[in-house]
Amino acid sequence: MSATTFRFGEGNPQYDAQGRLRHLLSTEGLRERELLQILDAAESFLSIAHRSVKKTPTLRGRTIVNLFFENSTRTRSTFELAAKRLSADVLNIAVSTSSASKGESLMDTVNNLMAMQVDGFVIRHPEAGAAHLVARHLGDSALVVNAGDGQHAHPTQALLDVFTIRRLAGPIEDRVVAIVGDVLHSRVARSQIHALSILGCPEIRVIGPRTLVPEELSALGVHVYHDLQAGLRGVDVICALRLQRERMESHRLPSLDEFHRRFGLTPERLQWAEPGALVLHPGPMNRGVEIASEVADGAQSVILQQVAHGLAVRMAVLTILAGAAGGE
Amino acid sequence: MTTDWDVSALLEVMARDLRPLIDPEQAAMIGIFTGGVWLARTLHAALGLQQPLGQVDISFYRDDFSQIGLHPQVRASDIPFDVDGRDIILVDDVLYTGRTVRAAMNEIFDYGRPARIRLAVLVDRGGHELPVAADVAALRLNATAGEHIKLRGPDPLRLELEQRSPQP
Repeated sequence: MSATTFRFGEGNPQYDAQGRLRHLLSTEGLRERELLQILDAAESFLSIAHRSVKKTPTLRGRTIVNLFFENSTRTRSTFELAAKRLSADVLNIAVSTSSASKGESLMDTVNNLMAMQVDGFVIRHPEAGAAHLVARHLGDSALVVNAGDGQHAHPTQALLDVFTIRRLAGPIEDRVVAIVGDVLHSRVARSQIHALSILGCPEIRVIGPRTLVPEELSALGVHVYHDLQAGLRGVDVICALRLQRERMESHRLPSLDEFHRRFGLTPERLQWAEPGALVLHPGPMNRGVEIASEVADGAQSVILQQVAHGLAVRMAVLTILAGAAGGE
Repeated sequence: MTTDWDVSALLEVMARDLRPLIDPEQAAMIGIFTGGVWLARTLHAALGLQQPLGQVDISFYRDDFSQIGLHPQVRASDIPFDVDGRDIILVDDVLYTGRTVRAAMNEIFDYGRPARIRLAVLVDRGGHELPVAADVAALRLNATAGEHIKLRGPDPLRLELEQRSPQP
């Protein structure tokens, strides 16, 4: 299934017939209103981590399934912790330990879990559109959060990134944001671009080699650069992307060294951007490839704050989706 | 419609009745969003409390969350003092069913174990559904289910009374 443009109403499975957000599948097609509601609720959840009891009773009695067909540490553990801090029960299912390896289909797995009366699914899957498929199948009977589907979307990562920008760099409406690296294959970059556009970011740049940042990306409303120095000039926020080693195998890159020489973020190159520009990275990092350790651990890096923000944003998403599930 | 209740005068009654109950050095105040916070700002100054003012948004603690979902506008709760062992004055505008107060107390206990919580409200309108009572209420009414009493503000603060047909 390819990445599809979903619109409001019938074609957009994220919304129910009343226009309420029931699933979070993509930042594309989200309304600014819901996006801001998620970010504002996340702001409230952020402070809960500093209380003696780091929990709210919001999802007491509900069961959320983390269904991961791809490896993940950060995303899976923050979703798990988010659900637990909301007092939900959590079931973690990883592909290596499930019957998927025995050939059970995604839908069979979902149907079996639905027979156990679960209330929501957080799904990561190597195929683009997997979470959409499940959301269409389930309709209003359970919530679905896409935790990454192929090269299509990773909406909660993008939400935590815009949350981080809004908190630490100021209003998105007057910040210049650059996304550096393998934009073409990145579900994170795609989701970031949509989220930033919806929030009124005036200039989104994508920077990388022609093979990974083709000119056609400008159709998404972004400015394309193949030169890091030119691309970073005047930039307030730099979002580095993880370079997937598979790209070397597909001959889109000569070598990791070559990429680092031209597009790796080093302390010297950081000077090309605005003073104090923020550096974000979705993790896991390839130190010495897309980002030098001095930058990753440096004063301008907000990579660990992103993790804390990810927890609050995922609590907000689960709360809003679960809240829309009541009331019929 | 706006009532002719004078909110400033009612606030003075609240402050007067609270004064003998508290030690301004030790006691701390928490307002419940939104109306309770408006009132708490005035009371906090009038009573000369030493601890900074706290505020709670009970959205995540509501017992009707699974029926009505998340309030569209959630504000961050902020309790900028140590709750453990403290005398707390909880302030809200209108006491009705008692469910908001229960949710607020649940939230406060997630910050620590207070020595005591006192409840101060502008209006106790009756109709409690939980064993919750106000220690201080400037106005005690016996309103019917069809009467809705709401504090509007923040400047000026005024009480509104609206007649709605009761839920079937």
